[in-house]
Amino acid sequence: MALTREQIAQRIALELKDGDYVNLGIGIPTLVANYIPKGINVILQSENGLLGVGPYPTEKEVDPDLINAGKETVTTLPGSSIFSSSQSFAMIRGGHMDLTIMGAMEVDEVGNIANWIIPGKMVKGMGGAMDLVASGSRLIVAMQHVSKNGESKVLPQCNLPLTGVKVVKKIVTELAVIDVTEQGLVLREHAPGVSVDNIVKATAAKLTVPKVVTEMRFSV
Amino acid sequence: MNKLVKNADEAVAEIFDGAVLAIGGFGLCGIPENCIAALVKKRVKNLTCISNNAGVDDFGIGLLLQQRQVKKMISSYVGENKLFEEMVLSGELELELTPQGTLAEKLRAGGAGIPAFFTATGYGTQIGELKETREFNGRHYILERSLFADFSIVKAWKGDTMGNLVFRGTARNFNPDVATASYKTIAEVEELVPAGELNPDHIHVPGIYIKKIFQGSAYEKRIERRMLRKG
Repeated sequence: MALTREQIAQRIALELKDGDYVNLGIGIPTLVANYIPKGINVILQSENGLLGVGPYPTEKEVDPDLINAGKETVTTLPGSSIFSSSQSFAMIRGGHMDLTIMGAMEVDEVGNIANWIIPGKMVKGMGGAMDLVASGSRLIVAMQHVSKNGESKVLPQCNLPLTGVKVVKKIVTELAVIDVTEQGLVLREHAPGVSVDNIVKATAAKLTVPKVVTEMRFSV
Repeated sequence: MNKLVKNADEAVAEIFDGAVLAIGGFGLCGIPENCIAALVKKRVKNLTCISNNAGVDDFGIGLLLQQRQVKKMISSYVGENKLFEEMVLSGELELELTPQGTLAEKLRAGGAGIPAFFTATGYGTQIGELKETREFNGRHYILERSLFADFSIVKAWKGDTMGNLVFRGTARNFNPDVATASYKTIAEVEELVPAGELNPDHIHVPGIYIKKIFQGSAYEKRIERRMLRKG
């Protein structure tokens, strides 16, 4: 069975290490915050200027002056800090962040990522994505393996204009966990009930299948 | 020295057709609501607006787009603003898409007298095309030019009569960077206090950057995505 969005987030949450400073993008990446393993403390960064993003507020706590980069109301935590946009991207660009988790429209064999524009059809804008992918922090992409039209989004080469060049380290989809290595894409894990054959078929890019491909797990 | 003006109309009086404006805020958070309303009322045209977003269809800078007062936007994000996207796709509105961190740094550097800087952001993408590139320590960078506006407009929580500003929560965002990126910066604040009331150690933007200040009124502070947890 292909994973739900929540399960993709749950699998990615296992990548978090205690003490990591982490930026979560909009969509599936935001859900990762719900599955942080017990005993692991991470500090979530929101690029509009908040370190230590807390949970959504209760009705009483709602504050229009406190939002995340997805423009959602949030709260602070003990130890949170708030700063300007230039300061926020100084810590990103300066390589101080440990991990970035982001959605994508396309990824490819060398770790290129595209997620900000479909020329002539959709201008979303890159927001902070280009800065985050270029920051040198570890980049994990959370995405659907196959588009609604059944086309693979894991390509030999991205078709859409790029957000970053050779930046993706790991891809987690509803079907598989794939590492981006010097030798190209390597299949590491398959979703429960999803065959390696199905994953290879759903992947337009060249995918190396090692002898051991483990079944994805969702807790430590 | 008198930086005090009565209201938003007086604050934006000097802003002329074709002016380049840097405007603080992220989404609808920390936007200068009073000054935007005054610009709509003033019907000033052909503006270039440097602002991370353009508000939503019917609030924030979206109001200026509706009235066709903007010629060009310099922004990082269009998503969730239908009118903005339509005007860009139809060619009615010019858009210089700029990565968010590059945009913030262009304002910061512009205000700090640094005309350009190298960044790895956008290297190898459309953003880096036609820009000078350099390699430092084995990494590739592109040269980005800084920004400096005819007028900057910011919104703060508290300000004093010297123009010192304090922000609240993530309403700070681009405001401190925008405040420095012009010689004619206007600040609207929720609460204006006499000089001496704010602790000098707690000032986020020193008054030197602010030329006009007033206490705004009737802040709507609209929330784009009201998310709640149970409890």
